[in-house]
Amino acid sequence: MDFQSCVNIKKEWDIVGARQLGRDIARKIGFGTVDQARIATAISELARNIYLYAGTGKVCFEALEEIDHKGIAIVAIDNGPGIQEISQVMEDGFSTSGGLGAGLPGVKRLMDEFNIHSEEGKGTEIRVVKWLR
Amino acid sequence: MNKKIKNVVLDHSDAIVKMWLEEFDSNKENDYTATISDEMFESTNREFVNVIFSSIENQGLSTDLDDFSERLINLGWPLSYLTDGMQVFRRVITDYILKQSDKVDTDYFSEILREVDGWVDPIINRLINEYSGSWEHIVSLQRVALQELSAPLIPVMENITIMPLIGTIDTERAKLIMENLLDGVIKHNAEVVLIDITGVPVVDTMVAHHIIQAAEAVRLIGSRCILVGIRPEIAQTIVNLGIDLGKFPTKSSLRKGFETALELTNRRIEETQNNDEDIEKLIDSLDGE
Repeated sequence: MDFQSCVNIKKEWDIVGARQLGRDIARKIGFGTVDQARIATAISELARNIYLYAGTGKVCFEALEEIDHKGIAIVAIDNGPGIQEISQVMEDGFSTSGGLGAGLPGVKRLMDEFNIHSEEGKGTEIRVVKWLR
Repeated sequence: MNKKIKNVVLDHSDAIVKMWLEEFDSNKENDYTATISDEMFESTNREFVNVIFSSIENQGLSTDLDDFSERLINLGWPLSYLTDGMQVFRRVITDYILKQSDKVDTDYFSEILREVDGWVDPIINRLINEYSGSWEHIVSLQRVALQELSAPLIPVMENITIMPLIGTIDTERAKLIMENLLDGVIKHNAEVVLIDITGVPVVDTMVAHHIIQAAEAVRLIGSRCILVGIRPEIAQTIVNLGIDLGKFPTKSSLRKGFETALELTNRRIEETQNNDEDIEKLIDSLDGE
């Protein structure tokens, strides 16, 4: 896969860096302020999950261009412990860290497409897409 | 042998300095000299090369070097000026020694290289350390300054306090917000606290979670919390995320929140009578006569 740009997540402040880059790309593609906020929030959730559960990983951005519509794809990749039960983390209110448990189901609602692939002990890859309307 | 090389260098220091200055001067198109006058550039070059020679002569790093680098840091010269200068010096001095020698074989060549590295590298390391040390110092000072700004609490009037939040909220700052909020509520005897998030760029579940916790803690010590400054796009993302902020009142702007806070403390804003109008009427009536 050819990514436009990636941000490595190692420190908490890298989340801010990923968010800003993602917001810039979204603005260039032509997203409005509401969708920019949605995209930035989704990136924030994905990057924070990497920071909290995997320690390190990366968030990559890709500008999508098809004949009839444009969009942005965000891919969060880590080599962390993986997710045991994916259906469980997609439930509202489930959290292993005492948080609100709205992260992943929230991201799914913020974006148009949501794909998660996780293998225990190997890592997690989440790809989300927002289309420009 | 090493002594010999050193003596060659020291005896011909004038020639080497000249070569260095010429070579370095041709580098001058580099950006870092754009804002520096020619005179300044030349005198700094001269001083730089003297510092280099004095540290070679004394077989170690001199205090001159520290003074010199400190002054350049204060004047804001870029580090690349010094590293470029040292690289040019390494090139010039190696060339010069090789030219002065009659026989050049691989052993001799590598010995010269090692000797020159032994002079040049400690100076480069010292200069880089000085520079990065000064940057680290600045960063740590700024961090302290930022922390002081990160969770201010303003007692606007009796029983009403405002905490304006601007910028990103991370875990460390969230802790500080909680502490300052609770301390401030007790200290100012606040009945209502307004948390203003107009300046918070992204409200994700972590930020929301911390705000909910802070509001809950404020409730436990007997005060009320109003969340204000929720921009429309933030409201939409909060709804999408499915975060429940229903436990405490929220308002779109600080102004509306402040009005609510006044209501909660049994007060309201009342406009005073406009005296200007009366005076104007009086003047008008005088004109009529």
